[in-house]
Amino acid sequence: MANSQESTAVEGNKIDARIPEGPLAEKWSNYKAHQKLVNPANKRRLDVIVVGTGLAGASAAASLAELGFNVLNFCIQDSPRRAHSIAAQGGINAAKNYQNDGDSVYRLFYDTIKGGDYRAREANVYRLAEVSNSIIDQCVAQGVPFAREYGGLLDNRSFGGAQVSRTFYAKGQTGQQLLLGAYSALSRQIGKGSVKLYSRYEMLDVVVIDGRARGIIARNLVSGKIERFFAHAVVVGSGGYGNTFFLSTNAMASNGSAAIQMYKKGAYFSNPAYAQIHPTCIPVHGEFQSKLTLMSESLRNDGRIWTPKKKEDAEAIRAGKKKPTDLKEEDRDYYLERRYPAFGNLVPRDVASRAAKERCDAGYGVGNTGLAVYLDFSDAINRLGEDVVRARYGNLFQMYEKIVDDNPYHTPMMIYPAIHYTMGGIWVDYELQTSVKGLFCIGEANFSDHGANRLGASALMQGLADGYFVLPYTIQNYLADQIQVPRLSTELPEFEEAEKAVNDKIKKLMSIQGKESVDHIHRKLGLIMWDFVGMGRNKAGLETALAKIKEVREEFWTNVYIPGKEVDLNNELEKALRLADFIEIGELMARDALMREESCGGHFREEYQTPEGEALRNDEDFSFASCWKYAGEGKEPELLKEALDYEFIHRQQRNYKS
Amino acid sequence: MDKTINVTLKIWRQAGPKDKGKFETYKLDNVSTDSSFLEMMDVLNEQLVSERKEPIAFDHDCREGICGMCSMYINGHPHGPDGEITTCQLHMRNFSDGQTITVEPWRSAAFPIIRDLMVDRGAYDKIIQAGGYVSINTGGVPDGNAIPISKIQADEAMDAASCIGCGACAAACKNGSAMLFVAAKVSQLALLPQGKVEAASRAKAMVAKMDELGFGNCTNTGACEAECPKNVSISHIARLNREFLVAKFRD
Repeated sequence: MANSQESTAVEGNKIDARIPEGPLAEKWSNYKAHQKLVNPANKRRLDVIVVGTGLAGASAAASLAELGFNVLNFCIQDSPRRAHSIAAQGGINAAKNYQNDGDSVYRLFYDTIKGGDYRAREANVYRLAEVSNSIIDQCVAQGVPFAREYGGLLDNRSFGGAQVSRTFYAKGQTGQQLLLGAYSALSRQIGKGSVKLYSRYEMLDVVVIDGRARGIIARNLVSGKIERFFAHAVVVGSGGYGNTFFLSTNAMASNGSAAIQMYKKGAYFSNPAYAQIHPTCIPVHGEFQSKLTLMSESLRNDGRIWTPKKKEDAEAIRAGKKKPTDLKEEDRDYYLERRYPAFGNLVPRDVASRAAKERCDAGYGVGNTGLAVYLDFSDAINRLGEDVVRARYGNLFQMYEKIVDDNPYHTPMMIYPAIHYTMGGIWVDYELQTSVKGLFCIGEANFSDHGANRLGASALMQGLADGYFVLPYTIQNYLADQIQVPRLSTELPEFEEAEKAVNDKIKKLMSIQGKESVDHIHRKLGLIMWDFVGMGRNKAGLETALAKIKEVREEFWTNVYIPGKEVDLNNELEKALRLADFIEIGELMARDALMREESCGGHFREEYQTPEGEALRNDEDFSFASCWKYAGEGKEPELLKEALDYEFIHRQQRNYKS
Repeated sequence: MDKTINVTLKIWRQAGPKDKGKFETYKLDNVSTDSSFLEMMDVLNEQLVSERKEPIAFDHDCREGICGMCSMYINGHPHGPDGEITTCQLHMRNFSDGQTITVEPWRSAAFPIIRDLMVDRGAYDKIIQAGGYVSINTGGVPDGNAIPISKIQADEAMDAASCIGCGACAAACKNGSAMLFVAAKVSQLALLPQGKVEAASRAKAMVAKMDELGFGNCTNTGACEAECPKNVSISHIARLNREFLVAKFRD
């Protein structure tokens, strides 16, 4: 196995993101003007594997096929339309400045860098802001039914961390509509035969030949057969690893296995500790619970967040003796408005989540567990009327009512933070290429644009930017040198070896025949993650987590029970393969969080905070992206650092107060 | 707060598309009424696994009613007795203590059973591939505000576009027709100027593919609309028919 190979981006252990020369605003244009391209006749001879059919994967697969490449697209669900991008509710940002409220490419860039607590790469984020407008145009042309004003033009709303209205939306189903747009473009190419779709397949390894990614090993989830696929380049858009926590807002099949396979083949895992805890989710309600449901951030446009001002009121509410509507205005603490007057309820997610935890830890939480705060619409209903509120958020209110059996028009919603998105992921250079040549990583799966915290409505923007407007350019700079490479046989020893490793792993898992189910062990891992690697982290806790994760790994590899057959449809086996990798990710997250002795964005080390309890960065020592390099089984990974040099903007302590 | 019920489940088990299936009966005690139907199924599967038995295969993913993957036919209704929701949003508080609950897969000629409650809905993808798109490539498109679209048209297109492709409409239809699914896409795109250009040819191509894949004809019973978890209206079928006729006249 080729674990270590030199790459153009990585000379020895020095990390170079290969940012183009020139002023910030000209870098991307310069890059495009000078990159290598592949002529149409050669494109037909080049195969590209795209793993994933979410916003990033589907838009990349469709765009590459339109250009003339021969695309193989892999989808874990039964249809590309079901990828978890579909669940994004609130919206997508773009710097159109249609509202004439002072927005610009620079301001979107600046807000995104600041929102990410100055831990993202300037050049990447600027490019993201630059292509954001094209995304909106593309989606409108595909027939995405964005919300419109009565005059027929596109409508916008506000999201956290911004003082302009730049978020485009389609009811509370923006992710669905954008994904269906990308899915329609992808379907058109499948119909034409330029994309071959493999649905109900899961990637289980990447095949590296002579230091270059040349294919994947995948499992057919219906037959259970292991299959080999060759391509001249491999693109992975497999989403985030939030399900490490067992309970998250991710879909059940969302997993981090593709990321771990890339990592084990030499791709660096960057900033694993940066995970986003979303402030407005429906609180946990029982042990049987399988996932957490998000309530869109857009609700914070009109909803006001509060807890009781007096502890005795909070206690009475928890005991069921008082109702929230019994509390007078002066007995309510609108703590976000109190602490952050300038941004109020629209502070970024990390800030809102920590503030909720702070209130609940201090004893002011509500709900029967005390782990909930109120999101109250009574002001909005009084001001605008129930009809207007229904028109804006009706589908979200309905969803809440079906789950909780409580009517949010009459009694405030209860919410609590939950794991939602992972900013960390596979390290990529400016071209979205990993530290393995020919292996690219896009969307949530990579680490690139959000730094230590992602702003609302920026995930959809990044996924589509990568897939429609960045990768289709940058991958050609690589493929231009591959036109002489024939379609390689999947009988080559590297394919043989990779398939054998996968089969050995599956055989080992099936042979354990222990006592505990996969979910039982996954829940244990999730609790450790939430308790010690969640919203508030500290040295002792992270060390405990590392020790406990080791125990979970031991239990998993000696005591898991998987029913059924190896070569067959076997959902428990699928889950076990994913859990094996979640355990690795959990350990990486804890290790990264322990190493990073500062607080930034979603990573909050309790030892490093301002007197007001805000995140305290340490730019002197930690202004870098961590890059973890796999060193072999049972060995500690090596830490490499990509220095983050801020050339164009001046870093400050984030301030959402004034 | 933590109310529990005991239920009896009659669940369709079938090893593969060509195997003979049958109902198996399971008893499940102390089911929290706050749990979702799929969480109840998880508990049942955990129980089966602990008894060294094969768990029940079923499709599910987002568990928040938007991906369209979950697909159970519960007590005679796609997605169960509660309205405007998918199976994953159905909660056990809709059932009473001691109740017998019958669970089947989608039954439609065009959706072959893979195993137990899991069916193959690839036919819906094939219909979209036949024409459920606007024929444009990435890049080179006009500004998003270049063509104003009336709010009414945009909202109606959005209502049609809210289809999640779950297949409940075909499963509910006595003819196994996919008309509501096809109509939702044809209507969404026909309502918008960007999709209007190809509206007639799209309708023709998608209907032809639907017929070819073994879906039945529409006889306007309205079962699809009644069972649709996203309330997609059968008025879209009228728009599909209009576009289809336009295409026929042009032939």
